[in-house]
Amino acid sequence: MKEIKTDITVIGGGPAGLAAAVEAKKQGAGKVLIIERDFELGGVLQQCIHDGFGLHRFGRRMSGSEYAQIFIDEVNELGIDVVTDTMVLEVTPEKELYACNSTDGMMHISSGAIILAMGCRERTAGQILLLGGRPSGVMTAGSVQRYINMEGYLPGKKAVILGSGDIGLIMARRMTLEGIEVEGVYEVMPNPGGLTRNIVQCLEDFDIPLHLSTTVAHVHGNSVLEGVTVAKIDENRKVLHETERFIPCDLLVLAVGLIPENELSKGAGIALDPKTKGPVVDQNFMTSVPGIFAAGNVSAVFDLVDYVSMSGEIAARGAVRYVNGTLPSGEGKDVKIAGNVNFVIPQKVIDDPEGGNMFFMRVKHPDGRSKISAAGGEIAGKSVHQRVAPPEMLACEVRGIQDAELEISVGAVG
Amino acid sequence: MKELTCIVCPVGCRITVEEKDGELVITGNSCPRGYEHAKNEYTDPKRMLTTTVKVEGGVLPRIPVISTAEIPKRQLGDCLAQLYQLKVTAPVAYGDIIVKDILGTGVDIKASREMPAKAAV
Repeated sequence: MKEIKTDITVIGGGPAGLAAAVEAKKQGAGKVLIIERDFELGGVLQQCIHDGFGLHRFGRRMSGSEYAQIFIDEVNELGIDVVTDTMVLEVTPEKELYACNSTDGMMHISSGAIILAMGCRERTAGQILLLGGRPSGVMTAGSVQRYINMEGYLPGKKAVILGSGDIGLIMARRMTLEGIEVEGVYEVMPNPGGLTRNIVQCLEDFDIPLHLSTTVAHVHGNSVLEGVTVAKIDENRKVLHETERFIPCDLLVLAVGLIPENELSKGAGIALDPKTKGPVVDQNFMTSVPGIFAAGNVSAVFDLVDYVSMSGEIAARGAVRYVNGTLPSGEGKDVKIAGNVNFVIPQKVIDDPEGGNMFFMRVKHPDGRSKISAAGGEIAGKSVHQRVAPPEMLACEVRGIQDAELEISVGAVG
Repeated sequence: MKELTCIVCPVGCRITVEEKDGELVITGNSCPRGYEHAKNEYTDPKRMLTTTVKVEGGVLPRIPVISTAEIPKRQLGDCLAQLYQLKVTAPVAYGDIIVKDILGTGVDIKASREMPAKAAV
């Protein structure tokens, strides 16, 4: 088995891992290694060819691939080690890591600190109640995106999209531009799942109808998809059979949510948050296992890549301090939430005045003008938002956290 | 008359644009940026263009491209048709101009990532 020693090992070369590795190196870390499963760096950004990335960070409208390219160039300039086509098999609580690929075989990697940046996975047909057969032509929006944008395949001629999250909306536009007829987008919830700007630019621009409180009740076809039956549902999500309608199609695109990818985290004995489905982290994005950090969508599903990069950088600064022995240790206290807050990440704070101070949250329900408040700390910068809604993550910087007692709340203001 | 949802900020105002006696009457917006957005949407809506172009000899068969500025919406279809006729050869550097001044819009189409050549086997 090949033995490798690093100061910091980053698992995953997507936006979180790239930002973490670059920041770790800039903070003076010695050997930084990125392990990537795909044949190249960039993660999901490589298939996100649409614009709208980097508005916060770079102040201009870039595609996902451009956003990734900037970080990849930095990784190369800084001399960060990268292994691609490599699968991490196990991470132990002692920070021992096992990985393999077809040229090096098995690898045993010992690290000063580990940053988890495995991202998230799409919910699949098996994870939602989809009645009918399992013909070909039923695939996740991300798969369709990769087929079209990277591999040059058209996976169908006529599509129905289930789920109105941002990936579903983006793919509605993309498929239309590529000549696939998009019959409509169907959303189980009474509210759209994606950002308003995507509803407008991806659906309204192309006259694609959005059907709320409607689901795919049945999938038809044995080996190949022949069509779907859609139907309205009531408030208990019961299908209203009298509203059933058959739509012939050869592609059913599922955009039904994302789940942080934490198989490795579980193996390492890291405590997970049932709400975010990612590791419980403190303000430095360190998990319950000292020296193992989490960044980006592995910790919670973010909506903006800018925030993903930011979390990677916070984790990297913590990891470098951990390796240098200057990171305070401690159990930490739970960050309390109140009002219209569904969850907040980081979930814990330790007594560390030099630590990270960014907090990210999602609200429970849409509301008008709302204010983020922090008891036991002081919100720096923007705290009032004209409108809040669950799909749009709120971020805030909290300064002067008092003896690690923090409560974050969101409430409507006049 | 045209009704639109403003996308300048997350509020998403429903804005109505009407033409009265040759002048635009815009209602429903709650800020000047919304007014400006609605005016542009009514007179000459523009969009960024992103798609892929065929690439030969690269590590992937398609390379993503992006316009250097917004293009009038009415010309997007023709721009796409032109791009789908193209074929470029790897390697391509990030930012390489794929089409200069596409259809006289004054906007260039550039590669939105690098595309290394596939290693010979």
